[in-house]
Amino acid sequence: MQVFRDAGHLFRVAAVFLAGLVLFLVVRGCLVPPSFGRYGHYRANAITEIAALPVNYAGHRACEDCHSDVQDVKSKGVHKPVACESCHGPLSAHASDPASVTPAKLDTAILCVRCHQQNIAKPNGFPQVNAEHSGGVACDSCHQPHNPAMTAEATK
Amino acid sequence: MSMTRRQLLLLLPAAAVAWDYLLAGTPEAAPNYNLAGHWWAMLIDINKCIGCGSCVRACQLENKVPDGYYRTWVERYHIADWEMQYPKVDSPNGGKDGFPAGKETVGKNFFVPKLCNHCAESPCTQVCPVGATFISPDGVVLVDQEYCLGCRYCVQACPYGCRFINPQTNTANKCTLCYHRITKGLTTACCEVCPTGARQLANLKDPNDPIHAFLHTHSVQVLKPQMATGSKCFYNGLDGAVR
Repeated sequence: MQVFRDAGHLFRVAAVFLAGLVLFLVVRGCLVPPSFGRYGHYRANAITEIAALPVNYAGHRACEDCHSDVQDVKSKGVHKPVACESCHGPLSAHASDPASVTPAKLDTAILCVRCHQQNIAKPNGFPQVNAEHSGGVACDSCHQPHNPAMTAEATK
Repeated sequence: MSMTRRQLLLLLPAAAVAWDYLLAGTPEAAPNYNLAGHWWAMLIDINKCIGCGSCVRACQLENKVPDGYYRTWVERYHIADWEMQYPKVDSPNGGKDGFPAGKETVGKNFFVPKLCNHCAESPCTQVCPVGATFISPDGVVLVDQEYCLGCRYCVQACPYGCRFINPQTNTANKCTLCYHRITKGLTTACCEVCPTGARQLANLKDPNDPIHAFLHTHSVQVLKPQMATGSKCFYNGLDGAVR
């Protein structure tokens, strides 16, 4: 007794299904990036692409490699925890090519008040000044920014 | 070995997929960086923040953030007395140029630096329809700029308002925790320039990281704990009025 008459029909349907599956796999293989799904539902290579972006702030350790004299002065004063690029700005270009990229001269009239301008929201004990404090005299005529304690000459 | 036409047709695409996978290596940006050895977090000490805006400026310069958009910003809170649910909050230009002196002479006043909280259960990564934003294996929420469609689902999903659409690329943009720096042994740009140490980058997987001692001995809070986002920005001295 023959169970399946005309079994060829089934094989033809199976062949069409298989062809569709193969086509799906080929298209998927072409469209989905290979690193997709390595760690999760995303392209793993995006992590390394983001990690490869250029650095603009060199970090204070890079500064201290050459400017150890400034570091010595700074480490004795209250500005010890302030990183170089906090005032001097991003200088990785200078760190990688010190000869051709030189940092701009800074203006203490702008820089000092950024942190030390009086504001009620600042924490208690943080040194703050208002406009009357200096009477128009530049900050660095009394305070040296790398070690801002009053110098002997300035108090005379 | 003989092969029918059907076998060959089946084998070819499989071989193509396998070959493609073999060819695509991982570009090595930071060869000495151990992805599995890090779980990044940030510690923010409200009591130390002076509202100078150095972090905001540094972030914009380091990451080329367009003007008027912020990956990190500083808010100033003023709470008159007991009405904690109605704090006065301002953040002129994201705090980038510091804060004007202000008229308030009484009440409670303080600064709150904000940035992406790099949530362990982040709502923003869950809504992305194309897998363009994700939590990296070392705990940083990142955006794949090539995959992002700019559909803004994630911008709406973030309960902290930390995402925006970059008008230059029309893709979602946010704090990467300076991923290009921390994978090279540097700290983030905002932590680097913070003059008072109000921001500290921390690796929770490092048992010698000072954050563990700090978390054990301080009353630390995260923003919107009721959202259960698993935020990894830990605030010390956070007032209950902060949203």
